[in-house]
Amino acid sequence: MSVLVYAEFIDGKPKKSTLEVVYYAAQLAAQLQTKAVALTIGPAEQADLEALGQYGVEKVLHADEARLSQFQSRAFSRLIAAAASENSAQVVVLSHSANGKALAGRIAVRLEAGLVPGVTALPDTSNGFSVRKPVFSGKAYAHVAVESEIKVLSVNPNSLKPQSAAGSATVEKFSGSLQDSDFDAELSSRDMVSTGAVPLPEAELVVSAGRGMKGPENWGMIEDLADSLGATTACSRPVADTGWRPHHEHVGQTGVAIKPNLYIAVGISGAIQHLAGVNQSKTIVVINKDAEAPFFKAADYGVVGDAFEVVPKLTEAIRRFKNS
Amino acid sequence: MLWFSGNCRIFRAFNKPVDPRKSSGRIEAQNPFEILVMNILVCISKVPDTTSKISFTDNNTRFNESGVQFIINPYDEWYALVRAVEIREAGGGEVTVINVGRQDNEQIIRKALAIGADKAIRVDADPADAMYVARQIAEQAKAGSYDMILLGKETIEYNGSVLGGMLAELLDLPYISLASDLQVEGQSATLTRDIEGGKEVLKLNMPFVASAQKGMAEARIPNMRGIMMSKSKPLTVVPAAEVAAPTRVLHYELPPEKGQVKLVSPDNMEELVRLLHEEAKAI
Ligand SMILES: Cc1cc2nc3c(=O)[nH]c(=O)nc-3n(C[C@H](O)[C@H](O)[C@H](O)COP(=O)(O)OP(=O)(O)OC[C@H]3O[C@@H](n4cnc5c(N)ncnc54)[C@H](O)[C@@H]3O)c2cc1C
Ligand SMILES: Nc1ncnc2c1ncn2[C@@H]1O[C@H](COP(=O)(O)O)[C@@H](O)[C@H]1O
Repeated sequence: MSVLVYAEFIDGKPKKSTLEVVYYAAQLAAQLQTKAVALTIGPAEQADLEALGQYGVEKVLHADEARLSQFQSRAFSRLIAAAASENSAQVVVLSHSANGKALAGRIAVRLEAGLVPGVTALPDTSNGFSVRKPVFSGKAYAHVAVESEIKVLSVNPNSLKPQSAAGSATVEKFSGSLQDSDFDAELSSRDMVSTGAVPLPEAELVVSAGRGMKGPENWGMIEDLADSLGATTACSRPVADTGWRPHHEHVGQTGVAIKPNLYIAVGISGAIQHLAGVNQSKTIVVINKDAEAPFFKAADYGVVGDAFEVVPKLTEAIRRFKNS
Repeated sequence: MLWFSGNCRIFRAFNKPVDPRKSSGRIEAQNPFEILVMNILVCISKVPDTTSKISFTDNNTRFNESGVQFIINPYDEWYALVRAVEIREAGGGEVTVINVGRQDNEQIIRKALAIGADKAIRVDADPADAMYVARQIAEQAKAGSYDMILLGKETIEYNGSVLGGMLAELLDLPYISLASDLQVEGQSATLTRDIEGGKEVLKLNMPFVASAQKGMAEARIPNMRGIMMSKSKPLTVVPAAEVAAPTRVLHYELPPEKGQVKLVSPDNMEELVRLLHEEAKAI
């Protein structure tokens, strides 16, 4: 018996969401009175693998060969399923990240497991096995029972704060039998947006702006505000649609769904489709010149005022606070 | 797998009419071995309109459908379906939409036909869970011979984003998730896939499964002609295969209502910073 967690490394390093799922798996293993085992695929430093022990796993399996340096959904899912079987895993845990979404369904089929995607809490195992996940784009939660013997859970980023303690995992080589046909897509290029900011789905601080900014030339003050906080920038859909901002910044029901600690919305009316992607944020600040803007109903803190005056003042106040 | 073999493809080129609106002389005019007839399956689901108020009945065990308008899941309609129709328009072929659902779903299926799909399959069953739906669609996909199977990135109802991976595994096909661009060239395709903080461009051979998101196409509004034609396009209803659903929703829960918003004077941003630091502990 065990809980197997896929600990994703990107460019040789664990992601923030990786530490979250490792911690989630360790907590779940403790709850089930069993052990958590991690599997990492592709290049990774020994020290980083051992450090996963700080989040509660005792053993890290490491599959590494040249052709595993790029993500491949078929090959990776095969290795994860094989590691799960070899370790008699009851539960397989992975992140509900871009790669996690490509893997989870495949793993569930291979293990004949029930899958709950995008969970935000540990399961209730007092009577059967059920787990909570957001549905209707964050407008509600569902409690989903899993009735198969093996369960697969993908965990939404920013759903829990991993706690670390002293510890070091033992690292073992892992090799599954892979065939050439498991490598079915050829990567021709990879293009990272090099803003230096944390990618939106993982960001804890987000500054977002809408049509109230009037035009792309006014985004300097939004970037300054984000910069003062170390936040990632986002925008409403019409802003991305008209090309004022890049598409990857579009948040909401049809854009990226986010779950930061702090979401500051500037000049965004708060349409239901926008709220659907951001209402899981822990704290919401709304800056809007219209006191009747629907967003105020979903906000924790509100400033009724002209963004062009309020935003630079807020940036200054934050800078003073950070320097004090 | 026989049903995906090259022979099958050529056979199809000879025997299946390409889009009747575009086919004039196309087959006779070319060497059949060079004809590229794309046969595309698009999975569509029915979801509540994005403005719907979400509430539950029967002790929070059922979604309250009263007063709710249903639509095609936006990712399925705007991106997967429209891109499939564009590919057919450019090169000929056939677009089939498939839905696992009951008869009242036929309204949204007809809309997909009005947007430009050529025919539809409805698997007559309640979509119990993603694995159940994936197995139903896999059965139908095996009976066809599709060059690509397109889905939406996720449903705005269940937010799963998992059905494509299940389908690919069941059919032993490659899977590209969260694709924002899809270009077809001969027997291969180039897809752009969004990852955290960037994009990957991937090349692969047909057949494959891909899930579509923003960027892949521009939403279309069906025109009068499309709506008229949709009424006579074939919609086949097939019985469900007997498969199990390993997961089940026990009950739903609404998030706690936000309390009253705390308003801060626009002239006192120090106060806002203090609240964010001391009260919300957000900075
Ligand atoms: C199916 C569907 C899916 C959708 N999906 C999404 C989605 O994923 N994400 C999304 O964002 N939208 C989505 N939308 C669009 C959504 O309905 C709204 O139209 C959109 O969110 C509005 O964007 P906005 O708030 O930037 O613009 P507006 O609604 O035009 O609001 C601008 C706001 O700025 C304020 N303002 C103006 N000037 C100033 C100033 N000087 N200072 C301060 N405030 C000012 C105004 O008071 C107003 O409240 C979707 C719509 C549909 C139909
Ligand atoms: N009942 C259904 N019938 C047909 N296709 C579906 C159904 N449910 C989901 N899909 C497809 O699967 C995609 C992803 O769904 P999900 O993994 O549940 O978020 C959707 O965008 C649709 O393309």
